[in-house]
Amino acid sequence: MTTDAIISVKGLTKRFADGKVVALNGVDAEVRRGEVLVVIGPSGSGKSTFLRCLNLLEVPTSGTVTFEGVDITDKKVNINVHRQKMGMVFQLFNLFPNMTVMQNLTLAPRKLRHWSQKQAEERAMQLLQRVNLEGRAGAYPNQLSGGQKQRIAIVRALMMDPEVMLFDEPTSALDPEMVGEVLDVMKALAKAGMTMVVVTHEMGFAREVGDRVLFMDEGVVMEENTPAELFGNPQNPRTKEFLSKLL
Amino acid sequence: MEAWFEGLKAQFHLNFIQGNRWRYLMEGLGNTLLITGLALVMGVAIGILIAIVRSSYDKTQMTAQRTPARRLFGALNGFCKVYLTVLRGTPVVVQLMIIYFVIFAWSDNGTMVAVLAFGLNSGAYVAEIVRGGIMSIDNGQFEAGRSLGFNYASTMRYIVIPQTFRNVLPSLMNEFIALLKETSVAGYVAVHDLTKGGDIIRSRTYSPFMPLIAVALIYLVLVMFFSWIVGKLERRLRSSDH
Repeated sequence: MTTDAIISVKGLTKRFADGKVVALNGVDAEVRRGEVLVVIGPSGSGKSTFLRCLNLLEVPTSGTVTFEGVDITDKKVNINVHRQKMGMVFQLFNLFPNMTVMQNLTLAPRKLRHWSQKQAEERAMQLLQRVNLEGRAGAYPNQLSGGQKQRIAIVRALMMDPEVMLFDEPTSALDPEMVGEVLDVMKALAKAGMTMVVVTHEMGFAREVGDRVLFMDEGVVMEENTPAELFGNPQNPRTKEFLSKLL
Repeated sequence: MEAWFEGLKAQFHLNFIQGNRWRYLMEGLGNTLLITGLALVMGVAIGILIAIVRSSYDKTQMTAQRTPARRLFGALNGFCKVYLTVLRGTPVVVQLMIIYFVIFAWSDNGTMVAVLAFGLNSGAYVAEIVRGGIMSIDNGQFEAGRSLGFNYASTMRYIVIPQTFRNVLPSLMNEFIALLKETSVAGYVAVHDLTKGGDIIRSRTYSPFMPLIAVALIYLVLVMFFSWIVGKLERRLRSSDH
């Protein structure tokens, strides 16, 4: 384990449905501070499960996840404290439909970090400006387009000043013309130095923004390399097969 | 025709004006509203608690470890199930009499016993309404809350329950309307509610028509009024939901 690893995963295994379905089968991986780690692979390869195990939304069957030096799979650890430092963005946005954009953004910092309403709203406006949505603070989620919803969801996660951002197929539920605006926000975030783990089917994003790419299949990491190497010169036959199908 | 109308007037005078008998109805109406209101508050409190226990148990079934705390939780869940089965499986008037004549045999405060009985009974129905509401909230909402760092209870409190409340508010109001009519059996334990008020007049004047029709009309007006409120509420919730 290198010293700059912010998340380090060892022997991660996840079984579903009374052990009959093996989603993850002994995954070792690490996320380094400041990098963009892109996870790709076919449907059912375990890549989303892997991401959801990083903040324990999915409780691993065995193995450890170490975040900033703390084994968060340890039952004695208060996972809620660590989750505050791991922002997560979902495929289906999961904005709170009964709250305005502003309420969506300020809820967690006010309740969990005891910010004042004013302090939280100021921070929210700063971040909304960064995603060009400062005009939509009073809107409800169902008044927004898919791309706008996802940008708001990213801002909601950023409100807690996370150390790492986890993206679970953030553009998969979007109409094609809205994918770009979300990827642009993610690129800007990467450029600003945010540590990111991105599960995606956007190979262009992986190639352009990724520092490293993990190729997963059948619940294991089949290949791990820089985007240039992995896409240009894949070693594993499964990687080759997967990439050839994309073209 | 004239004679019939005169007869009606005499009946009205006999049943409501003479000896200020209308007061039996007013006092009864006050008690009916008091019992219904307090029972609903109690029912909602019990219902939300049971709904949270039941839905939390179901939600965590897949991931739970067999710890002593989990077994205790299982026992609590089992208790809630028994509560629901018994309270929904027996007539409320029988429950009312058991509580008055058996459990609180030493007390003659029928009104409070009625509040307790209708509150406990209503709690069982509210529990199922709220549980349905909680289970209908997309799990993504729950995961969004947890991923921000809210613990289970806070996620329920700030994110899931407010959305549940919006969804179940019309059903809760309907439960309130049903409860209002159910309390008409409170007379079984010597509570002077609206129905009993009408019945007292009937027993004094030996003329059942006027007092009972009056009682029915008052219930009808109340129910129509509250139904109108429910309708307004539903429209408002829908419009603020966009």
